[in-house]
Amino acid sequence: MNNRSNSLRTGPDERGHFGQFGGRYVAETLMPLILDLEREYRAAQADNEFRAEFEHLLKHYVGRPSPLWLAERLTEELGGAKIYLKREDLNHTGAHKINNCIGQILLAKRMGKTKIIAETGAGQHGVATATVAALFGLPCTIFMGAVDVARQQPNVFRMKLLGAEVVAVESGARTLKDAMNEALRHWVANVHDTFYIIGTVAGPHPYPELVRDFQSVIGEEARAQILEAEGRLPDMLIAPVGGGSNAIGLFHPFLDDEGVEIVGVEAAGEGLDGKHAASLAGGKPGILHGNKTYLLQDEDGQITEAHSISAGLDYPGIGPEHSWLHDIGRVRYEPVTDAEALASFQKLTKLEGIIPALESAHAIAAAERIAPTLGKDKIIIVNCSGRGDKDIFTVAEALGVKL
Amino acid sequence: MTRFESAFTKGPALVAFITAGDGDTAANLDALVAGGADVIELGMPFTDPMADGPAIQKANLRSLAKGTTTADIFAQAAAFRQRHPDTPLVLMGYANPMTVRGSEWFAAECAKAGVDGVICVDIPSEEDAELGPALRAAGVDLIRLATPTTDAARLPDVLNGAGGFLYYVSVAGITGLQQAAQTSIEDAVTRLKAATDLPVAVGFGVRTPEQAAAIAKVADGVVVGSAFVDIIAEHGEQAAPHLEAFTRTLADAIHGAKEIAA
Ligand SMILES: Cc1ncc(COP(=O)(O)O)c(C=O)c1O
Repeated sequence: MNNRSNSLRTGPDERGHFGQFGGRYVAETLMPLILDLEREYRAAQADNEFRAEFEHLLKHYVGRPSPLWLAERLTEELGGAKIYLKREDLNHTGAHKINNCIGQILLAKRMGKTKIIAETGAGQHGVATATVAALFGLPCTIFMGAVDVARQQPNVFRMKLLGAEVVAVESGARTLKDAMNEALRHWVANVHDTFYIIGTVAGPHPYPELVRDFQSVIGEEARAQILEAEGRLPDMLIAPVGGGSNAIGLFHPFLDDEGVEIVGVEAAGEGLDGKHAASLAGGKPGILHGNKTYLLQDEDGQITEAHSISAGLDYPGIGPEHSWLHDIGRVRYEPVTDAEALASFQKLTKLEGIIPALESAHAIAAAERIAPTLGKDKIIIVNCSGRGDKDIFTVAEALGVKL
Repeated sequence: MTRFESAFTKGPALVAFITAGDGDTAANLDALVAGGADVIELGMPFTDPMADGPAIQKANLRSLAKGTTTADIFAQAAAFRQRHPDTPLVLMGYANPMTVRGSEWFAAECAKAGVDGVICVDIPSEEDAELGPALRAAGVDLIRLATPTTDAARLPDVLNGAGGFLYYVSVAGITGLQQAAQTSIEDAVTRLKAATDLPVAVGFGVRTPEQAAAIAKVADGVVVGSAFVDIIAEHGEQAAPHLEAFTRTLADAIHGAKEIAA
């Protein structure tokens, strides 16, 4: 690439920082392993065989490339910009999470690690991790907050069917951040043989970088697909942001394309003045889970509870690269509430015959808000990061329907 | 001579940890000193104590549930310094509560309260800029952790900028659970002492006077935490006399180990 210094795609720096964000804020016990992982990742990046195996699995196991679907009925209904959906919901296991899990389990194999651990909120990353662990025949332990275990029973059962052990985490608030704490605790005590597959672009360097790289297949495909369909780049990208892995995966290949506006959607829960999970809109920079990033916290730096109807967005932080993209203004982050997401969940289902994940429904809601303000000659790509089968119980309850 | 220097030159030291705001903190601290603790580590509670086992996790949550604030902790530290002018006091905790108002603010508050040193669990030497320069400028020691995974190549970086004493975390794990084999502790302490003039204190998993005495034969200090925290969990606001009695058994074992060794 010429003009590297002007590129927004070169981060992080060699110490894992995106501007002031990112880094490696971990206990000394983990530090040597983190450095090992970085060395191994650099070697893997330079290894054509690694790349080839990754691509083979994405194609034949995950089912990539995922389609780019022109949502004509939704476009017509909104009366503005043309809306394309990047169909990550059609991947094996039903979301983008599997892309990253394939990449990380190949790294685990390279490093000679024989046990796999992961954290999960909704259970999507847990299911994806249990899936690749089954495929590679490695024992797998998934840490999941006890509250989430109770509200995501189908995914708990899926993970168990796949052969994983699911540990219900009883500490703290017993949700995703506590699951991550517990996974880190387990890892510290088992660094010699255990690989931690982190589910989003968070955690200590090099995780935010390597998860982004594995997920960038989303944006690379979307770029080629839109060029083929429309002969030009889109005017806007929209994706939901929990930790931010599906979003950065779509965004990253477009960061240097100035004409492409980029919108990340944070979960505003009950609204920004109530309980929510919008770390950029309602938080400030701090240090948690190995990196510096925007966090929901009080004035003493105690982490506050996130809330979203979507368990996959219910996290009080956000990946460090998003914090940086927010601060430099390259990506605009907008809040969407539980109620808006719920309405869009139903609208997309009825208009397109696609049941989106509640996470993805947040991005659809933002598109509904923005598309009518743009001309019909404009093009938006929305990341449909997952399918909503896992959410039907939550949605039924929210709509007052007994199943 | 700094407070740390005098505490460690007397012979092997008992370094005692409790969580601030868990139980009657002032009475508990006085009990530790009365029982013979040489160095006090006061834990700053955090919502997400990633390096701690169940005992200290619960202590953190008990303290936060009572509404403990950072201001309360500095007030407890300053009052301790008034009552105990000679006992070194260390604040131990996690990066976010320490840096949320800026590292200069935190370092200045430490200096003002008479805090001698700070241990931050999740700031390794790679991220020293986050807290180290501000503490050193304020004359507060940054106490670093070495672990079984800290290899010879990393050790110089870990020691660079370190002060007070070196805390050897004797097990790869979290607080309060396993204990390390005595031989592995001896090997590690020998290796560390060859690399630094700082006193070396050994902790994680130490619960009994016997273990403490064995470690005190080779190390400059023994850190005990979860065993104290368990006593507070059991006795609540009335823990002080129990803490003092237990501290005395540990202190006697540790201080006696030196005489036998000498
Ligand atoms: C379908 C789907 N989309 C989005 C997310 C949010 O994660 P991230 O922001 O890392 O993409 C999740 C997390 O579980 C998910 O399952």
